[in-house]
Amino acid sequence: MNAANPSLPSSRTAGGALYLDNAATSWPKPPGVTQAMLQFIEEIGANPGRSAHRASVQAARIIYETRQAVADLFNAPDPLRVVFGHNITDALNQALHGLLLPGEHVITSSMEHNSVMRPLRQLEKQGLELTCVPCAADGTLLPGHVEDALRPNTRLLAFNQASNVCGTLLPVREVGEIARRHGLLFLVDTAQTAGAYPIDMQADGIDLLAFTGHKSLYGPTGTGGLVIGERVDEKNLRPLRQGGTGSRSEFEHQPDFLPDMLESGTPNTAGLAGLQAGLAWLAGQGLQDIRRHEEHLCALLLEGLAQIPGVSVYGTGQASRQAAVVAFNIAGMPPSDAGLRLDEEFAILCRVGLHCAPAAHRTLGTIPDGSVRFGLGAFNTEEDIIYAIRAVQQLAREAVK
Amino acid sequence: MSNEYAVIMVDSTSHAMRIEHVLAMVKLETRLIPVPRHLSSNCGVCVRVRQQDIPLIRQQLAKNKVSFNGIENI
Repeated sequence: MNAANPSLPSSRTAGGALYLDNAATSWPKPPGVTQAMLQFIEEIGANPGRSAHRASVQAARIIYETRQAVADLFNAPDPLRVVFGHNITDALNQALHGLLLPGEHVITSSMEHNSVMRPLRQLEKQGLELTCVPCAADGTLLPGHVEDALRPNTRLLAFNQASNVCGTLLPVREVGEIARRHGLLFLVDTAQTAGAYPIDMQADGIDLLAFTGHKSLYGPTGTGGLVIGERVDEKNLRPLRQGGTGSRSEFEHQPDFLPDMLESGTPNTAGLAGLQAGLAWLAGQGLQDIRRHEEHLCALLLEGLAQIPGVSVYGTGQASRQAAVVAFNIAGMPPSDAGLRLDEEFAILCRVGLHCAPAAHRTLGTIPDGSVRFGLGAFNTEEDIIYAIRAVQQLAREAVK
Repeated sequence: MSNEYAVIMVDSTSHAMRIEHVLAMVKLETRLIPVPRHLSSNCGVCVRVRQQDIPLIRQQLAKNKVSFNGIENI
């Protein structure tokens, strides 16, 4: 049970360990998620969109309602332009490989995760032009630098909304404005923000929104997708996979309409049933209330860490300017040692090292060792944060000895 | 109440779901059924509706910009 609110699950594992790795995947999942998955498998089970019997229709309905919930969350105009895939990496690959052609130019930043950077580097080998706009040492992007990088052949701006390393937020709306003004498409990686921070595709000027289902949308792993705005002509999106869609079965060519054209193969319906329950929980709790809670805990953690001699915190240092992801190092103790000791001596579960974002670590000055990262979540409490600060205090004291 | 039916033909189950959803908003009853063999060789579904509701259906689908491939009496 959650110490602060008995109706919420606890952030402690069965063995009593404190979960502070929500930036990797949220845990625990809210009430209802596991039940929805179990109910689908045990009571429905059928393949959606492949047959017309009632169980198949029920399965299809789960998927449709999940699309609708995703569209509502991001203020996307059409639920049929919500495309599900394996995860957000899959969605980002679909967007980048599906859209871009050799000779075109893309602007990204020095704070990107490899899920954006690696597809772009691969495309660069095939003739794509890439500009990586440098961010400040706290991870902040200045929109003016994006405008300075524009070229006549620029097609796409691709940025994360919050750094997965230190949480620094992108001024999304300002970048969306630049994209609109110059007739470019705007792709946003919302791995750390979808469900945790308000996103409005239309007001923010987002054309392609890649999301993960298993972080702040509270679904299981193996869920995620791409929301495609109306400024993107699907005729210009090449599907990464071709195959059975349950539609146009008389033809041997891939359908050319959404969502089918990008959703070949049997979907993860059990996972999407869980995601639907996660989204319903999120809507019931209210994203703004969860954000307020996480921001409060983040401020508490930043304040506590700032007071510990020998601890350096990366990012803006301001909870209001970041997702609830906090990266730091302890002088005299490599992050790998700190991670091991936090786990073994304090039963704190977090991530250490390089967080799949080498450019971000270079920007923050944490190459080659990386950092210790605490990813806070909806079910963490003030007690959790105070306990974590004390643990870091003790490690820092011992490190300077 | 008339029990004469028509079906709304769609490209995919996702479109059928969208139609079910927007027609439910105006309290219209629908049922997803396999496409009758004489209408198409497609293995998919279509949306069965009552013929008397067709004017309202057309209006509601247009309002919500839902694409479909025609309405056939059955």
